[in-house]
Amino acid sequence: MSRKRWVQGFIVIALVALGGYAYQTRQVSHARESITAVGSTALQPLVEAAGEQYTGEHLGTFVNVQGGGTGTGLSQIQEGAVQIGNSDLFAGEQKGIKANQLVDHRVAVVGITPIVNKKVGVTNLSTAQLIKVFTGEVKNWREVGGANLPIVLINRAQGSGTRATFEQFGLQGRRSKTAQEQDSSGMVRSIVATTPGAISYVAFSYVDKTVQDLAINHVEPTEDNVTTNDWKIWSYEHLYTKGQPKGLTAKFIHYVQSAAVQRTLVRQLGYLSPDQMTVDRDVHGQVTKIGGE
Amino acid sequence: MKSTQQLERQLKRHSKAARLENWGRFISFSALLLIVAVVVGIIGFVASKGIATFTTNHVSLWDFLTEKTWNPNIKDAHGNPEVGALPMIVGSFLITILSAIVATPFAIGTAVFMNEISPNRGAKILQPVTELLVGIPSVVYGFIGLSVVVPATRAIFGGSGFGILSGTCVLFVMILPTVTSMSADALKSVPRYYREASLALGATQWQTIYKVVLRAATPGLMTAVVFGMARAFGEALAVQMVIGNAALMPSSLVAPSSTLTSVLTTGIGNTVMGSLQNNALWSLALVLLLMSLVFNLIIRLIGRKGRM
Amino acid sequence: MNSKTQNKIAIGALYGIAGFVVLILLALLGYILVSGMPQLSWHFLTAPAKAFLKGGGVGVQLFNSFYLLFLAMLISFPIALGAAIYLYEYAKDNWLTTTIRTAIEILSSLPSVVVGLFGFLFFVVKLRLGFSILSGAFALTFFNLPLLTRSIEDSLRTISETQREGGLALGLSRWETVTKVILPAAVPSILTGVILSAGRVFGEAAALIYTAGQSAPALNFMDWNPFNISSPLNPMRPAETLAVHIWKINSEGIMPDAKAISSGSSAVLVLAILIFNFAARYLGKRLYKRLTSA
Repeated sequence: MSRKRWVQGFIVIALVALGGYAYQTRQVSHARESITAVGSTALQPLVEAAGEQYTGEHLGTFVNVQGGGTGTGLSQIQEGAVQIGNSDLFAGEQKGIKANQLVDHRVAVVGITPIVNKKVGVTNLSTAQLIKVFTGEVKNWREVGGANLPIVLINRAQGSGTRATFEQFGLQGRRSKTAQEQDSSGMVRSIVATTPGAISYVAFSYVDKTVQDLAINHVEPTEDNVTTNDWKIWSYEHLYTKGQPKGLTAKFIHYVQSAAVQRTLVRQLGYLSPDQMTVDRDVHGQVTKIGGE
Repeated sequence: MKSTQQLERQLKRHSKAARLENWGRFISFSALLLIVAVVVGIIGFVASKGIATFTTNHVSLWDFLTEKTWNPNIKDAHGNPEVGALPMIVGSFLITILSAIVATPFAIGTAVFMNEISPNRGAKILQPVTELLVGIPSVVYGFIGLSVVVPATRAIFGGSGFGILSGTCVLFVMILPTVTSMSADALKSVPRYYREASLALGATQWQTIYKVVLRAATPGLMTAVVFGMARAFGEALAVQMVIGNAALMPSSLVAPSSTLTSVLTTGIGNTVMGSLQNNALWSLALVLLLMSLVFNLIIRLIGRKGRM
Repeated sequence: MNSKTQNKIAIGALYGIAGFVVLILLALLGYILVSGMPQLSWHFLTAPAKAFLKGGGVGVQLFNSFYLLFLAMLISFPIALGAAIYLYEYAKDNWLTTTIRTAIEILSSLPSVVVGLFGFLFFVVKLRLGFSILSGAFALTFFNLPLLTRSIEDSLRTISETQREGGLALGLSRWETVTKVILPAAVPSILTGVILSAGRVFGEAAALIYTAGQSAPALNFMDWNPFNISSPLNPMRPAETLAVHIWKINSEGIMPDAKAISSGSSAVLVLAILIFNFAARYLGKRLYKRLTSA
């Protein structure tokens, strides 16, 4: 019994000593300065990749990037619980956010396109047709020149940035009728790919060979058409800070906006860089040409 | 004189075993207290957030429970937000009941097989396999549902394939392992001599199982079913992918509909804390808790009757 | 005669049911393993994940899953065990106990995303633990406690009353009876409960998205100092688990081989649980033998 006690005591002492030694020899330089960015899951890969590059180049910094959704990102930045809020929307568009406290940093432009199941047999719709499809006026693809298949609408969740952009610019402000809702682009894509007659909308980077993207009024969903605003369904991706950013936050946002990231990562991830745009759009959807008044 | 004092002290002193007893009792009691605190904390948290819809945003409770349009972003003609949760309540209710009804006979049947008929095979094959299945993430179930169950329903029953029926199929498989292994435990707790007595009286194996073992295990089996239903209730990701997740009243078992959890999970990341949209979602969680309370009480009542 | 035919039919039906269930389960497992196996390679199991290029692995995620499971079990098992012992061995069977049991059962029907958000607001934001393994472990504890407590309590119920009477009759205190007689005898069935809940923890995603986070910074597997940020043992680092990774690449993944990674990860997960089950069972058997000297 007493021998057991001895052994136990020894193990405890050894553990404490080991812990103390580990604490003493920890790398203090690491994570001396760290920031957290939370929000949009769509924007997460970009910020995460930029964060990894940045911390790789600047020792002693740590950029922690998490998802959670645009709503979470904006509410946490408003609370001041994190340093950066990633958002697919203008803060002013999100209900319950006091946008005047937040500073907007646009880091990318994302084009959004309608996608349909391959069996639908439609590659182009006019805006009027698109609206009819999404408001439920048209119920079969035959009526818009496609196969004899009932239309299956798939929406993104209410409050999602992609949906807001699509309804504002694709449906000219009309609301889609209540239908299936999914909360991520990947799920939307796989449902559209497997369901005959399905239609939904995703960012350009999610279009692959399993689904068919649609031209609208014979304008193809291409990056070039987005830069000229011929393709109207696009939006900015935002990093929001509470007040003007300071320290590492400012440096990091500057880094993301720098040519080094904009020319490489942003484009590799299927976004457009705001520098490429020949137009500018404000929170109310007003479009102005850059350069010309 | 001195020795009597010593004796008195010795007699009055708690023995080592008694001290250990008190200590153990204290430790286990504080563990229970901690769990109670956790439970109360979470339930209180959900309740405080969920009630805000009615107190802060002045949504009428009656409208919330009976209206059929769920559109928290939009206000109706009277300026009230459209937060009618009835479609989701009905959806959750249907899908939970249906999957429990389908899964219970299979789960209990399998548990009986594992325990009473072929314990050897049960322990070697069934138990490990069921335990394995509990750990498969619901996303994976959802994807299998999407690529196997939904097309099958579409081919057999028409429609888009998304709906309560597909959801039930997926949930059936998801709760099966939980209910089976908990039922098996319940059956195991029936003392051997019950069976021996019954068989000695000349009852067949089936009579023993049906009239003695199942009766004796009823409370445990009820717990198993409750847990299965709880899991069905709380499951979000997999259901969301196959039920269609449309906030519409389910017109048939193959029409896209939604559950409380699927709407909650889809929307929670897209809303801002403290806003009506967010509070309304928490109210859904509260409804979920209350419904699961009701289920629980019903099952308990049934269980009490069955015990006799 | 009648009851004998009845008996035959019923037993036959039970065979049928069990066979059907086995068929479903095996088909499921087969589906996952067949679609995932071709992805598996040493590289896949050890390489870190890539954000948008192909060829990423799940090494970090795999480690995170196990570490998180370990920590969550370390925290939740003793609590659940203690609570279950009190509930079954000490508490009187009155309305209060029933209420507590009901409350625990109700809690287990909460969608895990609610537990996740609670964990996020409480551990991550309020207690300033940040997105970390520790926050994740606490959230999982919350998620895990009801199920574990309930199943341990049921395990205690399976031990026949005569064992308790025997222990008490020998002059042991109730606590001693529990620890020396009842618990050793209940080891196999407690183990089932632990394995089941471990499986759930392993496959849980929604509760972790908001707590342990969904990014997996590269780890330095030569650095075992738990105070270093890149050390695998650091409990304060954000840690994406395998289940979260599967969820993430299915929902927003833009790497070209997302589908392959997802099915590969599912297969890894199933295999990991398989190994875990066998290990736990083997250890449990040895423990049972030692404790009960059977």
